[in-house]
Amino acid sequence: MPDDLNWAIGGEAGDGINSTGKIFAQALSRAGRHVYTSKDFASRIRGGYTAYKVRTSVDRVESVVDRLDVLIALTERTINENTDELHDGSVIIYDGERTSMQDVEVPGNMVGLDVPLKRLAEDAGGAIMRNVVALGAACEVVNFPIENLDEALSKRFDDKGTAIVENNQQAARLGQEYTAENYDREFGYDIETTDEDYVLLNGDEAIGMGALAAGCRFYSGYPITPATDVMEYLTGRIDRYGGKVVQAEDELAAINLALGAARAGARAMTATSGPGIDLMTETFGLVATTETPLVICDVMRAGPSTGMPTKQEQGDLDMLLYGGHGEIHRLIVGPTTVAECFWKTVEAFNLAERYQMPVFLVADLALAVTEQTFTPDTFDMDEVEVDRGKIVESDDVNTWADEKERFQPHFPTADGISPRTFPGTDGGAHMTTGLEHDSLGRRTEDTEVRVEQVDKRQRKVNTAKKQEAWDWREFGNPDADTLVVSWGSNEGAIREAMEFLAEDGIQIRFLSVPYLFPRPDLSEAVEAAETTIVVECNARGQFANLLERDVFQRVERINKYNGVRFEADELVAEITDLLRPQEATTQ
Amino acid sequence: MSSDVRFIDFKSDKQPTWCPGCGDFGTMNGMMKALAQTGNHPDDTFIVAGIGCSGKIGTYMHSYALHGVHGRALPVGIGAKLANPNLEVMVAGGDGDGYSIGAGHFVHAVRRNVDMSYVVMDNRIYGLTKGQASPTSREDFETSTTPDGTNQTPVNPLALALSAGATFIGQTFSSDARGHTEVVKKAVEHDGFGFVNVYSPCVTFNDVDTYDYFRDSIVDIGETDHDPTDRDAAIERVTEGGTEYTGVIYQDPDSVPYEQREGIESNMAEIPDGAPEDAMDLVREFY
Repeated sequence: MPDDLNWAIGGEAGDGINSTGKIFAQALSRAGRHVYTSKDFASRIRGGYTAYKVRTSVDRVESVVDRLDVLIALTERTINENTDELHDGSVIIYDGERTSMQDVEVPGNMVGLDVPLKRLAEDAGGAIMRNVVALGAACEVVNFPIENLDEALSKRFDDKGTAIVENNQQAARLGQEYTAENYDREFGYDIETTDEDYVLLNGDEAIGMGALAAGCRFYSGYPITPATDVMEYLTGRIDRYGGKVVQAEDELAAINLALGAARAGARAMTATSGPGIDLMTETFGLVATTETPLVICDVMRAGPSTGMPTKQEQGDLDMLLYGGHGEIHRLIVGPTTVAECFWKTVEAFNLAERYQMPVFLVADLALAVTEQTFTPDTFDMDEVEVDRGKIVESDDVNTWADEKERFQPHFPTADGISPRTFPGTDGGAHMTTGLEHDSLGRRTEDTEVRVEQVDKRQRKVNTAKKQEAWDWREFGNPDADTLVVSWGSNEGAIREAMEFLAEDGIQIRFLSVPYLFPRPDLSEAVEAAETTIVVECNARGQFANLLERDVFQRVERINKYNGVRFEADELVAEITDLLRPQEATTQ
Repeated sequence: MSSDVRFIDFKSDKQPTWCPGCGDFGTMNGMMKALAQTGNHPDDTFIVAGIGCSGKIGTYMHSYALHGVHGRALPVGIGAKLANPNLEVMVAGGDGDGYSIGAGHFVHAVRRNVDMSYVVMDNRIYGLTKGQASPTSREDFETSTTPDGTNQTPVNPLALALSAGATFIGQTFSSDARGHTEVVKKAVEHDGFGFVNVYSPCVTFNDVDTYDYFRDSIVDIGETDHDPTDRDAAIERVTEGGTEYTGVIYQDPDSVPYEQREGIESNMAEIPDGAPEDAMDLVREFY
């Protein structure tokens, strides 16, 4: 059997699915195995079904696959929901003593392990630990040393006291022993452990950690799936550095709170999802025209309106590019992996202050909720640079004053970037406004000043275009005829699909684009390719539309908008299909 | 507190475009005097204004200031104060900005009780858009958009604030330069959210709530036996109807500002050149 293991636990919302899944993922990570998790199963029926899936291997794993080897099914529906992914020999762990599970029929080609989860949990100290009993059973099935689970349980329940930790460890052992005694057979799995030390985190946490590393001291937000984890991560942690998380009354307040903090000189941020971006759009123009550095994070989910709040989509690109009345200058950065969520957040703060502009940090649900393993040096804090841009201290204020010694916060410099003073800086007092203003920040309707200020703000964008790399991430064969372009979380699944495609003799050049505006010029790459395919999680192909306009050429599209992230094997099929010579349709 | 800052230092060289006789002149003068007399300096003061005639105030005053979008001045002020608690933050607005489009933020700003002041120029009319009903307009007030009156109960700003847990509510009349300045001063000095509703008549579009009307109907609460630390009495005064009280109507002497409860002390603008020294601990938490 392959060392690659696909494991899941599923049940109803409220069954503790996420925390149980996370404990198992943590145990694997502690044992030196790579982990990639997902929580976004397709649901055929509306309702409370939820699942947490773990893919693990000794090698790095970057995506989910259409395969399930071991399933802990707390409900019968969990089995039905996963029929397509289960295969010959898949192991299903369930509690046949549960009234609703008494009639469960495990398909003949699979292995059903009927383990009295609730009863054993009660023996260990409480029915609430039944999921942990199941984890113990799973350890037995895949030959995974249960000591690793002990460590993860201890981490999870540490704050609840030693008794609770020990009860849980005991519950796991009862599950393991029951399975060993009652199902004395080889399941064919032998989970290898290594001496590697990995950290396990999701994209939201990586964004939060990036913000702290970059010196973000003020976060205001309104809870919304799937961005809430950013806020929860920062809460408490930001205080260690003298910062604060403020829960606002709505997203209108959230962005204005952050704007106020940024005017006061703090590195400030807000994070939300599409519905919150709708409200925040009101203030985009104010942030831009007052030239306030602000990081606004959009963790996309399926829209429009309330859409599918817990499902994947990359549907907000057009809004982030064009949202708001008038012409609003902005920069848009979009991390493509969980690790990049950290680095792009750091970069977003530097861009915001360097160019005194709103910077949108766009992530998606698949990045936000995916827990993934990394070596700690992936987040080497010594590599973090903080560039605060053109900040003027009181002894230099006069350099930027007009003939009446008034500080000019919107002085039209050659590169468009004006001097900036924080309140409290002597001699730097100034106002600014969302009205068109002169270099002093005062309202004007003077036609020449209007043009001067619009041009000045545009010059900042031009300067940014020149000064920054706006690079893509490149994978595969640079000389391949087929060019695949994507953005956001699809990178992992595409890279994995490329390995399968290479086995079939299909070479791919893959450009993963982490900058949406400004973005890299892909003209040469598209021109050199025979076929260009844009892969994205939306129906209209928002990035594909941009690319076609950028390069004046049609591109092929692979779009997915059912709420589920791309899987490597389906991409293999779709790309293969697209590249198959079309049969001539002559009449 | 002694200070060599004069109120004129808070004045910019831009001439106000308010209509001659507008109550906002007096309101603004009192704000500048209050800031100067409480020992503040323009370089350490952050003023936020919203949209409307009142919103222009940042232009006519000299300090650090932001003139934002309609109704959101309070969150901006709160954000600035929390980011740097050393700043003196004053938010100015009108009845439309504060009690209509920004009513939600008003209620929550009161609840949060950040140490700042909020001065609302209440003229009971929309002046900048040339005379439509405001949330504080009378029920029978006829305007271009309410030809048969508003047929709605006017917002009672003081009662609204008290019900949201206000720790300081004051009311003034823009013509009463001395009384207005004194109340704003107390709002600035108050340890928490100092809210002052100012009767600031619109001479162009409101022929009901005029200078004469306010002169005739105002009662200085300081000349009654009202105890401003008595919340129940304050609720009675602001809800009894018929009397336009001025003065400090309620002040909680035990008010503790939000930032103090939250332990916010430092200026968040000051950060290291790179990641914080112990930042690798953040990574290790994910082991």
